Amino acid sequence: METKLLSQHYDKPEYVSLKGYLNLGGYEVLKRALKMEPKAIIDEVKASGLRGRGGAGFPTGTKWTFLPENGEPRYLLCNADEGEPGTFKDRIMLERAPHQLIEGMIISAFAVKSAKSYIYVRGEYQMCIRKLEKAIREAYDAGFLGKNILGSGFTHDMDVYSGAGAYICGEETGMISSLEGKKGQPKLKPPFPAVQGYLAKPTIVNNVETLAAVSLILRDGAAAYRKFGTEKSPGTKLFSVSGNVKKPGVYEVPLGYPLADLIQVECGGLDPGRRLKAVIPGGSSAPVLTAEEAMKATMDYECLQGMGTMLGSGAVIVIDDSNCMVDLLKVIMHFYHHESCGQCTPCREGTGWLHKIVHSIVSGEGRLQDVDLIPRVSRQMMGRTICALSDAAAMPAISFVEKFRDEFEFFVREGRSKVKGHLHA
Amino acid sequence: MFELSREGIEFVKKEMTRYETKRSAVIPCLFRVQKENGGWVSPESIAYLAQLMDVPERWVQEVATFYTMFNKQPVGKYHVQVCCNISCAMAGGREMTDKICQSLGVEEGAVSKDRRYTVSRVECLGSCGTAPMMQVNDDYYENLSADKAVKILRELE
Repeated sequence: METKLLSQHYDKPEYVSLKGYLNLGGYEVLKRALKMEPKAIIDEVKASGLRGRGGAGFPTGTKWTFLPENGEPRYLLCNADEGEPGTFKDRIMLERAPHQLIEGMIISAFAVKSAKSYIYVRGEYQMCIRKLEKAIREAYDAGFLGKNILGSGFTHDMDVYSGAGAYICGEETGMISSLEGKKGQPKLKPPFPAVQGYLAKPTIVNNVETLAAVSLILRDGAAAYRKFGTEKSPGTKLFSVSGNVKKPGVYEVPLGYPLADLIQVECGGLDPGRRLKAVIPGGSSAPVLTAEEAMKATMDYECLQGMGTMLGSGAVIVIDDSNCMVDLLKVIMHFYHHESCGQCTPCREGTGWLHKIVHSIVSGEGRLQDVDLIPRVSRQMMGRTICALSDAAAMPAISFVEKFRDEFEFFVREGRSKVKGHLHA
Repeated sequence: MFELSREGIEFVKKEMTRYETKRSAVIPCLFRVQKENGGWVSPESIAYLAQLMDVPERWVQEVATFYTMFNKQPVGKYHVQVCCNISCAMAGGREMTDKICQSLGVEEGAVSKDRRYTVSRVECLGSCGTAPMMQVNDDYYENLSADKAVKILRELE
């Protein structure tokens, strides 16, 4: 069953405005948080076990403690550059609850002692940007932002920054480069952003859902938050479900929730007469699961990792038996080739090669050895680059060939799709 | 020769002090230039902005060429971007792109003869649960079919 902690009021249109948000209890947590010790907030977030909801799943409280205690100015950066194919939950959060994010950000900024934050929103989300700008103005007018917030002595400024269409800017160091007005190329870590980030100053980068969850954790306490989810994956998570289900959408369920239930119960199952073939559980970078595996999977970090895939951004793409897996891999490889920023050779060349190989197969020009060339090229792309985009392309490629090898071989042998009966050129 | 409007110049001046560094203003200002230049950034408009902001031209050039939302070629009055990434591809986004191009009589990526349309295939726009979809200039249109999309595009004023 859905467990709406974050999304409790998302169906209420008035929740977008400050007035509606206040009426539904908004900014009450901020008032309490500003009376706490910043360290106590960090401890509470740590105790909650909250893990970054953008994709990497790194413990949020731990990330915060990487900030050096040297009195330097530090920045808080909200990652709203949602770009992982299949993901649309941040967009829903920004459209329906901009103040929820802003409140979570002010509390987080207070905890990490940051006087300035930016929300980096992907450039295509113009509607979200307008709503956020309005909400930020409202928050300033109400005294939740600016100098001496609610008489606490804490001063914080917040602004929105629009991206310009580059998936790589969702990677935190790429995002920082972009916010500096440069091309969004990632940087080698270490130094991590918490030590040397925006303008070489300590910077914390957290996802929209992560920052919104901070105020929830402070409201109910870490122990209450931990009642949901599993030991290693506490809390709830918003899942973006798309593909061949009757009711695609964003659903909030406790981590550890059975994938089968998410598909059958929340999303109403598949179209009549269709059979489940595969599920991508965490955005297009996540290795694909066969239908059999998917039926056994639970939606938490540890189960999916144990199955050789990942929870990622929580983007569940449901694939029924009407789809050709070779064709879908071509779509995915085209994406990573297009989005590679070009600075590391294994990624720039590898994503190009993977796209070319799969494209040649779907054009009827593949050779049998090309099927093995896909995982071979992929393995040479992994762990050899500045950021994870190269791995993000390689992992799904390997999984598609390993798990649906018959479709690839059929395509090469017969010169047509096993499922569709024709080419996909 | 390209020049920003008076409001455009005001906008640039404000943006230049809005962020921690002037350089951060390059992206938002280039968006403004694109808007006032009919939807794309020409080499002249890039040089103009660099001069206006008093920054090296390569700073603007770098941003213009790296980010896909900056069009380096002229586009029609309506830039129609159809998502063809995985969830949209499964929902017929690619076929919808072909149908739109056919119906409007425009080649993919080109400007239509009446200069009204440019149709491009793009990557994931975060509208996977409401596929297939298209973005026309700033606006999203979701839960489409090819016929619905063509109808919407024809009815744009």
